[in-house]
Amino acid sequence: MRMSYREAVRAALHEALVADPRVFLMGEDVGRYGGSYAMSKGFYDEFGPDRIRDAPLSELGFVGAGVGAAMGGMRPIVEVMTVNFSLLALDQIVNMAALYRHMSGGQFSVPVVFRMATGAGRQLAAQHSHSFENWYAHVPGLRVVAPGTVADARGMLPAALTYSDPVVIFEHVGLFNAEDDVEEWRCDLERAAIRRPGTDVSIITYGGSLPKALSAAASLADEGIDAEVVDLRVLRPLDRAAIADTVRRTHRVVVVDEGWRTGSLAGEVVAGIAEDCLYDLDAPPRRVCSEEVPVPYAKHLEDAALPQSDKIVAAVKEVTHA
Amino acid sequence: MREFTLPSMGADMDQGRLIEWLVAPGDQVHKGQAVAVVDTAKAAIEVEIWFDGVVAELQAVPGQMIPVGQIMATIVASEEATLPVAPPEPVVQARAVPSERPALRPVASASHVEIGGVRRRVSPAARKLADERGVDLAGVSGTGPLGAVTLSDVERAAAERASVPAPPVEAATAAERQALVRQAIASAMSRSKREIPHYYLSETIPMARAIDWLAAENAGRSISERVLMAVVQLKAVARALDGFPQLNGFFVDGVFQPAPTVHIGVAIALRQGGLLAPALHDVAAKDLSQLMRELADLVARTRAASLRSSELTDPTITVTNLGDQGVETVFGIISPPQVALVGFGRVAPRPWVTEDGTLAAVPTVTASLSADHRVTDGHTGAMFLASLYDWLQRPEDL
Repeated sequence: MRMSYREAVRAALHEALVADPRVFLMGEDVGRYGGSYAMSKGFYDEFGPDRIRDAPLSELGFVGAGVGAAMGGMRPIVEVMTVNFSLLALDQIVNMAALYRHMSGGQFSVPVVFRMATGAGRQLAAQHSHSFENWYAHVPGLRVVAPGTVADARGMLPAALTYSDPVVIFEHVGLFNAEDDVEEWRCDLERAAIRRPGTDVSIITYGGSLPKALSAAASLADEGIDAEVVDLRVLRPLDRAAIADTVRRTHRVVVVDEGWRTGSLAGEVVAGIAEDCLYDLDAPPRRVCSEEVPVPYAKHLEDAALPQSDKIVAAVKEVTHA
Repeated sequence: MREFTLPSMGADMDQGRLIEWLVAPGDQVHKGQAVAVVDTAKAAIEVEIWFDGVVAELQAVPGQMIPVGQIMATIVASEEATLPVAPPEPVVQARAVPSERPALRPVASASHVEIGGVRRRVSPAARKLADERGVDLAGVSGTGPLGAVTLSDVERAAAERASVPAPPVEAATAAERQALVRQAIASAMSRSKREIPHYYLSETIPMARAIDWLAAENAGRSISERVLMAVVQLKAVARALDGFPQLNGFFVDGVFQPAPTVHIGVAIALRQGGLLAPALHDVAAKDLSQLMRELADLVARTRAASLRSSELTDPTITVTNLGDQGVETVFGIISPPQVALVGFGRVAPRPWVTEDGTLAAVPTVTASLSADHRVTDGHTGAMFLASLYDWLQRPEDL
């Protein structure tokens, strides 16, 4: 079935609300407005204000309420409008949601799903263009996923709701209008996926950078370089076996990550490669990350600051010495 | 304060290029520790320090060509190290990077600069593959980023080697090959003397019966088919080893691994200097005529530098025969990871007390055994030499 990423998220939310009375959606503008990205359009009328809860502009407050509801037996889906604003709720996510199973000696679990938009590329300027997936992927107790395809946008939410511990879902703003034919969308939140098999180099990426990596791979194919594109999907815990597996086949690796380079997930991926399969590398790994500047507002500068297909192509040519 | 100078790592070595320091100022170093990597010709050699102390200053800069004997670093005794390091001498400042800490800076900066002769770039995967296929990286040219040797370079080199049984270092000039041989000997023998606790035994063996028997044997042969005494001795060693498997094999990772067959590494002097000891395979199973043919072939190919790599790695024991040079006794150094070496001196008439108690001039030879005390004791070695003695008294059974 042809659907957009936005429609896929909406369908997944709708299905979850219908299937389980413990599920409710809470966040800024999710109700009367229909969601900042129109993902809950019509839900307010269908499910009512108890299950589609408009929250005040206080991330610390409503994220904390979601954590408490989860501890109380509900299955809240908390929509934080963007990762930029989630910084205000970090204490609830990192100190409460992630740690409460541990702090309570196993008496409480926190089966909450946090959804947040992430990423740059839409001229929203520095304060609204962050990619902080790595911040959350750093924290034990959280499972962090990044649907990079329409099918994963459809499948990851129901999968997340099966976990009894908190799951953070990062939905990249650049993907919302992407369309695809989706037949099978059921998925796990454990493994990375090969989106394009190849033999010469592994391009490892996730989320909003996936289409850029695929387009880079397509143009590389025209030049005779057969790139494999690996979608991490799950940012914590990383699927190190899949990463090592692809490197062992191609011997060359480029990691694409919209986060800033220093302390990035890309760095973690490369470190894992060094630990797991150094002797399979035929060239130094390369990272294509965002430039270490605040993401600019001006279109040409924003484009220049972010990973792009041409930068990926250049990095691949460097490691393949083409 | 003591000075650490570049040592000579081969008779013909007079300079080397510093590739990298393995220590930094302030590091404690111990006698025998590798402190620097120096490229002497084609091989990168880890240079060890020969006294304890603390590194005060690294004077040599990576990339720099250094004559043997030049000061590379200064070392202070551990007690002195608590004192502040002396300010660098003016000469150092002039040569090195302008900095208040010239001892440190050149290492950091130079290691990022492309200097001809710095440590070769070989990708980890290529290094692993070369190791698995036995490809010598010194002969492989790199086509990867920054000239790195990549998987495809090693694969190409392995394919070329498979299609043409070429000499080990095809492109090397005679001088380069000589330097390589010298380095290989230096490295192997240093390792042997460093790691192997040798013990030495010798036995004087009457050779009259063997000489008479061989003369009769050769009388019926054409000149080209005549067998040398050296071959008789090799065969006798192989037969004697039947009873002493502890002397035939390899000592690897702290464990002795006996070898199922006797491949004797025959020490062959090279015309340009140095020697190699390639394997004469399965000596115990072959008759003297065949061994003679194979030995002649082996000597010719060794001197033409067209050995197969297996011939260099297969020997399970070495035999060195310096009888032609007139020496009485050889005190050999074991070639690791082997555990024994048998030496033969000159066969010549010497005074000898015969079985009936009379003194006679009898041709004798001194056979010696150098053996690894980690694997065997003198008792075993003595029994082996006694067995070798016996075999040489009944050459017809060889």
